[in-house]
Amino acid sequence: MSRAVRQPINRAALRRVWGLLYRHLALYRGSWPRLVELCYWPILQMSIWGFTASFLSARMHGVAGVSAGLLLAGVLLWEVALRSQMGVAVSFLEEIWSRNLGHVFVSPLRPAELVAALLGVAMARMLIGVGAAAVLAWFLYAFNILAMGPVLVFFFANLVLMGWWVALAVVSLILRHGAGAEALAWSVLFGLTPLSAVFYPVSVLPGWLQPVALALPSAHVFEGMRAALLHHFFAWGELAWAGGLNLVWMAGAIWLFARQFQAARVRGALLSIGE
Amino acid sequence: MEAIRAEGLTKRYGSTLAVDAISFTVPAGATVGLLGGNGAGKTTTIAMLLGLLVPTAGRIHILGHDMARDRFAALAVMNFSSPYVALPARLTVAENLRVYGHLYDVPRLETRIRDLAAELDLTALLRRRAGELSAGQKTRVALAKALINRPRLLLLDEPTASLDPDMGDFVRSWLERYRAASGATMLLASHNMAEVERLCDLVLMMKQGRIVDRESPAALIARYGRQDLEEVFLDIARNRRAALAPAAAETPAP
Repeated sequence: MSRAVRQPINRAALRRVWGLLYRHLALYRGSWPRLVELCYWPILQMSIWGFTASFLSARMHGVAGVSAGLLLAGVLLWEVALRSQMGVAVSFLEEIWSRNLGHVFVSPLRPAELVAALLGVAMARMLIGVGAAAVLAWFLYAFNILAMGPVLVFFFANLVLMGWWVALAVVSLILRHGAGAEALAWSVLFGLTPLSAVFYPVSVLPGWLQPVALALPSAHVFEGMRAALLHHFFAWGELAWAGGLNLVWMAGAIWLFARQFQAARVRGALLSIGE
Repeated sequence: MEAIRAEGLTKRYGSTLAVDAISFTVPAGATVGLLGGNGAGKTTTIAMLLGLLVPTAGRIHILGHDMARDRFAALAVMNFSSPYVALPARLTVAENLRVYGHLYDVPRLETRIRDLAAELDLTALLRRRAGELSAGQKTRVALAKALINRPRLLLLDEPTASLDPDMGDFVRSWLERYRAASGATMLLASHNMAEVERLCDLVLMMKQGRIVDRESPAALIARYGRQDLEEVFLDIARNRRAALAPAAAETPAP
């Protein structure tokens, strides 16, 4: 295909993605409860864990500052994954709740463009929510997550990716099971918290559970985070594992989504998915 | 040219045969009514034409595009309206039209929205939320959404359901004017037989997943020896009376 023919198609694809992004922008602009909800949980989490860290710091002399830093960094970074996952899943559910999916799926919007728009909305939601929590951490506990340095970008990117592939799997389950799978949008990644070694090293887990934890990118990210905070060491190996695992899991999630989307078209579920 | 060509279209859900190997064509520029009782297979047929549902067997060509291989090219030049598929209630009318204008890559979108709003008497409603509108207003907004991309093929599922006679007539008149001005093809499913008589060049009568008769409304009424299409519908639905003469060959020109 010539460049001249290809360019307008790409522009149209970008415009379709923008169309769905605009739909969510308009939704949030006109709904203050939704805006509050974006920040509510990250701020609540940061408040609870921040005060807990302050309390422990007062009693654990010597390692107090480092422990509090580990705790707060863990809370903030785990929120990156949680908010990324919920952002995608809830944005998809918004289409179901508004009974709008029929119109969306008979438009020229490709499934990949739908996913791109959902990821865009999720990124914006996550930045607002986690940003508010990070500001609170700096204001209340004098904890600056940016002080971790450039390595933070790698932690951040890997946790966003993990949130996205978990969300794609959740959306696939919603396509398969309809409204009955909605609760997974809020609960799936919370369930992986113990295995993600957010607040403790993987070695704390029972031996038989450690390989399961190490199959998750998040466990490697948080091992890397501890290496950076405790030893000022850039654990490239952990980050490489996290990145590689994310690619594998993402490929699996894309395959699952494509399969369930096609299955929904075969079953006629795209019109009745909210029921 | 044919706007729609369906060949051997079949949809089976487990042991239930919803659509049974139907074949039909819709000439470009025609308005065709898809009629039948509840469960006759109309909605399933429309869902397959829209690409929402994958046929168990058969092929669909929309405006020359094979829906199995090239459905997005077809979807870009068609559109759909149904009272049973909502627009986001918390978005204003203008925001909803903007969303779909972007999805259909409509050029000069704000002008298009302004023109459609003027034509469909929506200008005063553009800043109102879709969820706050009356049934008649929602129908006109849904119609504006369905026309945002100037579709060459318009699929309408019960376009005047739940509208009062005045608003129903407004919508029917508007569809007539749109068709005359644009030459668009329309396929509409409706339970309003007077509406079908007024708008349609051809009727496809469905029953138990099959097309059991097809003809222009006037020709069907004559063949069944009835006064109106509603009586023909009841004859077919209740197996009351067979046609007095066999159907003419195929689709008449619009």
